Amino acid sequence: MLNNVSARTQSSVSIRELSLSFGSVKVLENLNLDIHDGEFLVLLGSSGCGKSTLLNCIAGLLEPTEGQIFIKDRNVTWEEPKDRGIGMVFQSYALYPQMTVEKNLSFGLRVAKVPKDEIDRRVARASGILQIEPLLKRKPSELSGGQRQRVAIGRALVRDVDVFLFDEPLSNLDAKLRSELRVEIKRLHQALKNTMIYVTHDQIEALTLADRIAIMKSGVIQQLDDPVTIYNRPKNRFVAGFIGSPSMNFLTGELAEEGGHTVFKTNGVSFSLDGYDAYGPLKGGRKVILGVRPEHIKVDGDIAGGEVHEAIVDIEEPMGADNLLWLKHAGHVMSVRIGGARRYAVGAKVRLAFDMSMASLFDAGTEERI
Amino acid sequence: MAAHTQPGRPNQLFRNLNSKIASIPMMLTAVVIFLGGTIWTVVYSFTNSKLLPRLSFVGLDQYERLWDTPRWIVSIQNLATYGCFSLIFSLTIGFLLAALMDQKIRFENTFRTIFLYPFALSFIVTGLVWQWILNPEFGVQSVIRSLGWTSFTFDPLYNSDIVIYGILIAALWQGTGLVMCLMLAGLRGIDEDIWKAARVDGIPMWKTYLFIIIPMMRPVFVTTLVIIASGIVRIYDLVVAQTSGGPGIASDVPAKYVYDYMFFAQNLGQGFAASTMMLLAVAIIIVPWAYLEFGGRKRG
Amino acid sequence: MDKSLTMPTISGQAGSRLEAGPQGKRPRKTLSSRNIIVYGALGLAALYYLVPLYVMVVTSLKGMPEIRLGNIFSPPMEITFEPWVKAWAQACTGLNCDGLSRGFWNSVRITVPSVIVSIAIASVNGYALANWRFKGSEIFFTILIVGAFIPYQVMIYPIVIALREMGLYGTLYGLILVHSIFGMPIQTLLFRNYFVSLPEELFKAARIDGAGFWQIYFRIMLPMSLPIFVVSMILQTTGIWNDFLFGVVFTRPDTYPMTVQLNNIVNSVQGVKEYNVNMAATLLTGAVPLIVYFVSGRLFVRGIAAGAVKG
Repeated sequence: MLNNVSARTQSSVSIRELSLSFGSVKVLENLNLDIHDGEFLVLLGSSGCGKSTLLNCIAGLLEPTEGQIFIKDRNVTWEEPKDRGIGMVFQSYALYPQMTVEKNLSFGLRVAKVPKDEIDRRVARASGILQIEPLLKRKPSELSGGQRQRVAIGRALVRDVDVFLFDEPLSNLDAKLRSELRVEIKRLHQALKNTMIYVTHDQIEALTLADRIAIMKSGVIQQLDDPVTIYNRPKNRFVAGFIGSPSMNFLTGELAEEGGHTVFKTNGVSFSLDGYDAYGPLKGGRKVILGVRPEHIKVDGDIAGGEVHEAIVDIEEPMGADNLLWLKHAGHVMSVRIGGARRYAVGAKVRLAFDMSMASLFDAGTEERI
Repeated sequence: MAAHTQPGRPNQLFRNLNSKIASIPMMLTAVVIFLGGTIWTVVYSFTNSKLLPRLSFVGLDQYERLWDTPRWIVSIQNLATYGCFSLIFSLTIGFLLAALMDQKIRFENTFRTIFLYPFALSFIVTGLVWQWILNPEFGVQSVIRSLGWTSFTFDPLYNSDIVIYGILIAALWQGTGLVMCLMLAGLRGIDEDIWKAARVDGIPMWKTYLFIIIPMMRPVFVTTLVIIASGIVRIYDLVVAQTSGGPGIASDVPAKYVYDYMFFAQNLGQGFAASTMMLLAVAIIIVPWAYLEFGGRKRG
Repeated sequence: MDKSLTMPTISGQAGSRLEAGPQGKRPRKTLSSRNIIVYGALGLAALYYLVPLYVMVVTSLKGMPEIRLGNIFSPPMEITFEPWVKAWAQACTGLNCDGLSRGFWNSVRITVPSVIVSIAIASVNGYALANWRFKGSEIFFTILIVGAFIPYQVMIYPIVIALREMGLYGTLYGLILVHSIFGMPIQTLLFRNYFVSLPEELFKAARIDGAGFWQIYFRIMLPMSLPIFVVSMILQTTGIWNDFLFGVVFTRPDTYPMTVQLNNIVNSVQGVKEYNVNMAATLLTGAVPLIVYFVSGRLFVRGIAAGAVKG
């Protein structure tokens, strides 16, 4: 372990130059990732982005084509799943249908020939934490979806592991149960302080649960950051568009110099960039995309300052608490979120102002934030 | 970051070792029996083996002799006639029965049980029953004659010209139930909405079947075709039981020819050559199908 | 139209149309011409399929004098079970005159171990192919499936030689081995497809729990696979019981299975033809697969659909 750098970085799981291909299809490409001890990391992406594949590699259920995986500073790349110190919770719960809840929980321990009283102790502890004691004698078919997933979590819990892996654990549940269990998983993490790696395509789950989110696309991590940074300072256009609902407004245009300032110009209309937090100096003439979230466009009474434009209401979508306006301006239609109580007629004129401190500018070519 | 130790990939031979050990019977069967046995037979078909297999090659002699043998020609003709009619009738009857069964009828299970039970019976039993029913002295012919039509003649098993149709009747009785089941499964696999759309568009039912449903069932038809066809090439037990190849050699088939030459005539070379021809016939059926079915598809 | 008046009134265009109720003729339920055609055709077909069974039964219950009188379709005037007794215990093949009972017990001794051995091998094969693929496993499987289409005649002689070398030719063990080999393609396919259809996450969960190849097979997969084992048993039992070719090639007269003995009894050229005994013997031979078929019902259908590639 002398030459092992990660031994000093408190890393729980380290992935080094990991690649995996099925035949000619590259699913993961040269992927590096360090997950801290006790961290809750969410792998977020749409289906086929490689997030589940990565999780399966960490679990040892798939062999990488290249690269290495370290868990607790031990190279586990070629180890059996059971020797890696991991527990895994699956989307379909994957409970053994012919076994009772108790047998399901203890199966791994029985396979490992753990003494009977130790098994009982651990099952009792896990079922206590998850409050599933009354279910112990039941078969999985007699449980509700939420109860099944709780048992599945318990199965990982009894094995006393360092790292929990969750593979879309809430996707098979209805919306109400999903939010309930989401809170429970968060509570569990706070109580156990284990490292947890959680795969999902649901951005709400990612934003609410994660210490850090890794957004993946085509086998590559696009951005790895805490949820607030991901939301407010997306690294590229893909991340910006993936996170947030309704989606961010994108206006294509270019940078121009006007009166000593750099402004954003689209279809002949200029927008001041005052307040924008750029990585470097912005030069005129560059083709760019301006991204603004619906809640960062202020309308009429909400305007606190900055440059004011005039727009026309195209469509109104009342959604209860919020009201979504689609406004036409400068040749674009953009969505704006306002309070649910404020209503507008279609065709009405409104004033709007962009909150440039929360906006993002992307290079039109590379689509990277500038 | 680059300084990690790199334990080598473990020996690939020992990965999944249990699985490999468990698969030994399958591997042996596939390679030794199926591949090896087939190659063995093909190789020995070029020898002049008589009572015992001997490796003295005579080129294509056995094949020339085979195609000069009237009995083989009769076998091939029988197989062709039987094959054509068997394909046409089992597909037609099977599909018609399946379409009838698909009309949301009552007693569907009863009907299916009746149509399918012959398939559970062996070809021997099938052959013997139909031998009895087609018996000219006591069977259908005599019953119809006793009804007053005294000149009625239907004695396929004793008439060299039509004996193969007698076998066909029995084969259809035994096998159409299976075709019906496959077709019914195919029909049930078709989206209900297709029917609704056709009804809304006012397309008559027979047209829907002919122009929409049947083209959609192409894969089912192809699979069924392959199953029937490879069964046809194998036909043996039924002929043995129903006619023993008679009258004379009138109902002989290739499989019986092979068996007789291998185990009675003690002319192994002929048997091997004939069985290689059977293999060729199957290959002609299977290879295009396998190519269409599996060729384009890639595993992920 | 009375009913529509009691319906709650809904305002607007749609409501008034709703109130009017259906206006076309009520669809006829039972005796439409379409139904007559459908049931008529099905009934006729059913008759064609049932007649042979009926003829077998009535013939086997008649005495020879009555058969000679003529009509094979007429029910027996005097029911006699003598043909059945004769077929079972006295019918002659060559010099042996102890009836089909010998063939029956031979078939039992062939079928039972063959079914057990072939299913044991095929289920493990299918499990390995579905869950523990290794380099080349699919190639072996492809050869196996293609092999299912090769006519048996092509492979039979090399097997005769191999069994003779091993000293198993003509023994029941040899035949059991042959049945296990030729049952393998379809049975392996059946099990492989079934195991593939089981949720993969279950297998993954078991691996995370530390279970190995055999532990997962016996403790997770087997308990979940009872239906497919039953289907496979039905398929193999009827298939092996009905076999004729392997029986005649790989056994000797005293170990002939029932089908071979039946054929020898009925098609023997010596003596007077006793059609009633023949039909009783035929029914006896068909009884086992028929019972399996009628008892298993839907599972049999599922089996042949799953194993349809067999041909």
